[in-house]
This record gives sequence, structure tokens and C-alpha cells, in this order.
Amino acid sequence: MSSTTKQVDALVERGYEHGFVTDIETDVIAPGLDEDVIRFISQRKQEPEWVLEYRLKAFRHWLGMTPPEWSSVHHPQIDFQTISYFAAPKKKPVLESLDQVDPELLRTYEKLGIPLEEQKALSGVAVDAVFDSVSVATTFRKNLADAGVIFCSISEAAREHPALLREYLGSVVPHTDNFYAALNAAVFTDGTFVYIPKGVRCPMELSTYFRINAQNTGQFERTLIVAEEGSHVSYLEGCTAPQRDENQLHAAVVELVAMQDAQIKYSTVQNWYPGDAQGKGGIYNFVTKRGDCRGARSKISWTQVETGSAITWKYPSCLLRGDDSVGEFYSVAVTKGHQQADTGTKMIHLGRNTRSTIVSKGISAGDGQQAYRGLVRMAQRAENARNHTQCDSLLIGDRCAAHTFPYIEVKNPTAKVEHEATTSKIGDDQLFYCRSRGLSEEDAVSLIVNGFCKEIFNELPMEFAVEAQKLLAISLEGAVG
Amino acid sequence: MMLSIKNLKAEVEGKEILKGLDLQVGAGEVHAIMGPNGSGKSTLAHILAGRDGYAVTAGEVLFNGESLIELAPEERASRGIFLAFQYPVELPGVNNTHFLKEALNAQRKARGEPELDSVAFLKLIREKLAMVSMQPELLKRPVNAGFSGGEKKRNEILQMALLEPKLAILDETDSGLDIDALKTVSDGVNALRSPDRSVILVTHYQRLLDYIQPDFVHVLAGGKIVRSGDKGLAKELEAKGYGWLSGQDEAA
Ligand SMILES: Nc1ncnc2c1ncn2[C@@H]1O[C@H](COP(=O)(O)OP(=O)(O)OP(=O)(O)O)[C@@H](O)[C@H]1O
Ligand SMILES: [Mg+2]
Repeated sequence: MSSTTKQVDALVERGYEHGFVTDIETDVIAPGLDEDVIRFISQRKQEPEWVLEYRLKAFRHWLGMTPPEWSSVHHPQIDFQTISYFAAPKKKPVLESLDQVDPELLRTYEKLGIPLEEQKALSGVAVDAVFDSVSVATTFRKNLADAGVIFCSISEAAREHPALLREYLGSVVPHTDNFYAALNAAVFTDGTFVYIPKGVRCPMELSTYFRINAQNTGQFERTLIVAEEGSHVSYLEGCTAPQRDENQLHAAVVELVAMQDAQIKYSTVQNWYPGDAQGKGGIYNFVTKRGDCRGARSKISWTQVETGSAITWKYPSCLLRGDDSVGEFYSVAVTKGHQQADTGTKMIHLGRNTRSTIVSKGISAGDGQQAYRGLVRMAQRAENARNHTQCDSLLIGDRCAAHTFPYIEVKNPTAKVEHEATTSKIGDDQLFYCRSRGLSEEDAVSLIVNGFCKEIFNELPMEFAVEAQKLLAISLEGAVG
Repeated sequence: MMLSIKNLKAEVEGKEILKGLDLQVGAGEVHAIMGPNGSGKSTLAHILAGRDGYAVTAGEVLFNGESLIELAPEERASRGIFLAFQYPVELPGVNNTHFLKEALNAQRKARGEPELDSVAFLKLIREKLAMVSMQPELLKRPVNAGFSGGEKKRNEILQMALLEPKLAILDETDSGLDIDALKTVSDGVNALRSPDRSVILVTHYQRLLDYIQPDFVHVLAGGKIVRSGDKGLAKELEAKGYGWLSGQDEAA
């Protein structure tokens, strides 16, 4: 047996590190979805009437839609009536102090390595922890409030900042956008709202960890970030989920709005449960993420490190509306075992001199299947718009595959689009070369993979670059021999 | 004996390549191995370094009294075996300095020696770089990626100089080198020579042996060492080729 094959088999055999279940009393509604369920969610969240109306409108629209079939992922039909759409810890958490949070919950976060307690928090990182559907603790609130930054759960925003929420909710991803976005608009349970006022540079990295815990629940979080004129914010989401035999659905929506000269950097480290070696269980991660560069010279940058989920289906996109606005997409996606990923981005150039950069790095091992799907559209008005796309795939072993589907539409003759794609393989000769210099097989794989991903890790905030590198090493770790 | 190979037989994909090879290398000695294309020289080098895919069917290989066959390549490396590849491998994206530091520290760790921090490492690597007259820019580039043939060979010698192996096996490191590079590579090897280090030079050219004086010269043909001698043998081969050795069984 060649060393690569051994390596790959070891990868596949590796367990999932975060696959524990928290023993905590959870308040879950019975599976099923109808208007009553939506009313229940809205009422439990004490939402204003208009939010309920919005949900119902989305639900009625969703009823007439069918799941998308154009992507290259395969899964059995999802029965949306078997999912429970609301789960909350029974003991009502108190937001002011962590001492009052259920200790079991804190231990869960500890196991996940989330720096919830302030003294443990990475310096300069605020954490809004979402446990199932209810936000249980928010740190560094005061610090942010002093800067005029709003950083709260979306339910809280519905109650406390209704005018802002009403103005922007669904303004980037309308409830009619796609099947899963419509479903999310109907049943979204929690998520984060960030508002950065004019001219403010957010004083710290903002970060939210989501975690699915209760069985048979889907998670439908909704994130909305609004950066007013000249403001800056960097936001990181990290995700893990426990090990379950059945598949769980995660259908999130993320909307970003950048006004003139504003900059938003959105980083994701996604490590949902990928399913076992036979492909049983795992998260279906069907996410709609879109950023709207509304103002001139605004900039939105997506960085993602996707190592988890049984199926990932997401295309963080930028609408480059403002003249001279900039969109970026930096991605590392890992598929191993029976994981499937269909991911990429859309860069829609509407304004003049708009620029976009796409760097996508796909790593496949075992029976992993991966597709990069990217759309670059240069609209008629997009004078001198520029795009550069670099799409690289790294294969480990002989059974995995990577595909690239670039879609390019150019309606303005002065616009320029460049696309480069490469596929390479970690070869036995590379592993032997490294090992003959003293590196273990694992270290050799990790060295080569990290070299491959370096460009992307450089885009992550420092603390998270280290975390992402570790995560990658863990997810590609193989016991030698 | 540092390296003792007795009656080594090895197959690749069912085809026997080494057919009962014997070789003894003492500490501090330099052995040159010559022989026709396809005779098994690189195969021997790979088997010594621990490459997968070769089935050893008979014989023994002892390194300082310990059998090598069961050891992983990285274990052999930390015990002091180094192979300069005939075709050095490219590692795109992997920074050369980072690679060298990881390799050195992995070996040090395996031997229970303290790892070098970045400052100490950079100081060390600068010395070694000067020794092999390599462009410092090559350190910032990915390992061997886009290096010229000669640059790759020099990079192998840099690694050797840094890792300071006990037994260095150089598989045709002289092939493709210009005359100046040949001189620097030879200087690098000569600098490494010491009473407790040994070198196996696989080469097709007598010229290298003008720079690195071997203690012994062997001819590997048909999977065996068919002739051994001193450096005079290399001169003879240069003049006569390998043909005259075919009847060697009687002649020996
Ligand atoms: N993986 C392999 N599969 C099949 N045959 C192989 C394999 N590796 C080596 N061989 C064969 O083994 C024989 C010895 O090869 P080797 O590379 O050891 O020769 P060499 O003496 O180093 O030759 P050269 O002087 O050309 O470098 C050759 O006939 C070669 O084709
Ligand atoms: Mg050879």
C-alpha cells in the first residue's frame, strides 16, 4: 500500500473532535412547519408585528418554491416537516453575568475552546455566543457601546433597534431569493446584528460562535451587518456541531451592507460535523451570504475556511454597486470521507472601476467531492471593472475529485476578467522527500497543505489564522502506520 | 562498520532489481558507486532512505549495528541518513526556510536535542548558505519550485550541510552541474568529511572523483556489486566503459 493511500485511510478513520452532546434541559417544539409554528417562534421572541408579517410573507412564498437542483451535491430529499424549528435551553440565561449561565453550558463552550469568559477571551475579541436558538452571553458589550457600535442578537435588535432592522433586513438577500433563503426568512431563530456608525472603526474583532445542540433541530440563523459611511469592521464566525447519526439542516442567511468608504471583513471558520466514515450523518450547510457595496469606494471581503459539514452549499457574494468599490473572496474548503462541497462566489460588478479578487483553494481527500462555482458579471455600466480569479485544487489520494465551473458574463467592453485554475496532487514522492528530511508523514501533509493555503490564512485575523491552521492540521491528521 | 549490507535482494512491482548486493562502508570513508543506467543505483539509494514500494526479499542492512529495513524514513533521517535526490522534489507553496527549519527541528526533537529558535536557525542557515554559495533569494522561494536543475542540486547540498548527516548518499548530485557548481558541491561534501561521517557517491563521471577523493570505487551492474577497487578503477571505467566487466566472474 502506498503511503498516500495509508494517509488517506487514516484521515477517513479520524473521529470528530467536537462530537459530544450537552446534557441540558432543552425546550424544543414538535417537528413540523406551518403558520402556527412561525407565530410561535415570533411570539417566543417577542417580536414586533412587522417581523411576523415578514416571516409569513416569506413562508407563503417558500411554499411555492422547489429546492435547487443545479449544484453538484447529492443528498436524499429533505422532509421539512420532520425538523423542529425552535429549541432553547430551559433555564433562562441571564445576560449580565456569566456566573449565572448554566455551568453545563459553559463547559460545552470550554470543550469547544470558545473563550467565553472574559479573562480567557482572546484579547480584543468580543464573543456573542449563540446556544441553539437563544443568545446566552454577550461579552464586551459596554466597550462597543461606548464606540456607538451595536452588537447584539437579531431578536434583540428586533425589539430594541426596530427601525434599523426594518430598513436593512432582507435588503440584500430578499425573502424571494432562493429556496433556503426563503425558508430562513420564515423561521430564522437567532443570529447577530452589527451596526457600525459613520466614521467608526470598530475597536475589536467581533465574533460569534454558533452551535447546534438539540437533536432534530435545524439552525436558521440570520446575520446582518451594516457599516455606515467610512466605518470599518472585522467579523468572524466559527461553527461546530455535535455528532449525530441523522443529518441536520443549517440554512443561514448573512447580509452585509457597506456604505461609502466603509469596509467589512467577514471571516468564517466552519467545522460542522461532517458525518462518519460511511457518510452517515453530518450537517447540510446551505447558506446564502451576500454583501452589498452600496457606496463608492466601499469594500467587502469574505474569507472562509470550510472543513466541516456533510454538504456545503454556499457562495458568499458581492454586489459591487458603488463606483470604485472592491469585493474579495478568499476560500479554503476541505472535503474528506464522503463530504461534498459546492462553493464559490459571485462578483456582480455594477459600478465603474469596481474590482474583485477571487482566490479559492480546494483540498479533497478520501472520497471527498468538491466543486468551485463562480460567477463574475460585468454589467453594462461597469466601465473599467476588473476581476482576477485564481482557483487551485489539491488532491490527496485517488478517489477524490475537484471540479471548476467558472461563469463569466461581460457586458462592458472595457471590463477585464482573468481566470486561472490549477489542480495538483500530494504525491508519494513529495511525502517521501519530506520524510527523508526527518518530518513525520502527518507533518509533511500539514506542511504541504498549509503551504497551499497560505494566501488565504494571511487574510484571516491573526488569532484565527493560527486557529484555522490548527483546525486544518486536525482535520487532515492521519495516524501513521 | 557504519553501514553493512549483506546479500540484499529487492523487488519493485514484482521485478527483482537488487540481486544479492554486498557493501560495507566504514566510518569516515567515501565510497563511489558507478554503473550502467538502470543497474539499480537509485534503487539502492531509495531503499537505504526508506522509500515505500520496494520489497526487500532477502539480506540485511545494518546501520551502526541496527537493522534499517523496519524503520520509517524519518527515523532513518534522525539517525543520520541523508539522501541527496537524483531528482529533487518540488513542494509548491512550502517556504524553503520554513521547510529547512521544520526538518532540522524534527530531527533534533527525535534525538532529544533542544529545538532551535528562529534567531539561532537563521544564523546557522546563513553560514551554510555561504558554504554552498547559494543565492539567499532561493531560501524565500517554495522548496525547489521553479529552481533550475543546478539550483535544485545545490539546495540538496545545503540541506546536507544543515542536517549534518552521519551517512550522506548523493545520487548523481554532479549531473547537470556547471563546472563552478561542481566545485562548490564538492567543497560542501569535503567540508562534511570527518572520521565519523561517511559518504556514498553515486556518479557516472570520473570528474567528480577528482574533487572528492573516494576511498573505494564500486561498480554496480545487474543488481550486484560486480567490481570494487580504489579510484584507479574509476579511471579504468572512464577509458573502457562497462563492457569489459561482463566477464568479471572469471576475472575476479
Ligand atoms: N517503480 C518502478 N517500477 C518498475 N520498474 C522500476 C521502478 N523503479 C525502478 N525500476 C527499474 O529498476 C531498474 C533500476 O532503476 P534505478 O533507478 O535504480 O537505476 P539507476 O542505476 O539509478 O539508473 P540511472 O543511472 O539511469 O540513474 C530500472 O530498470 C528501472 O526501470
Ligand atoms: Mg539513478
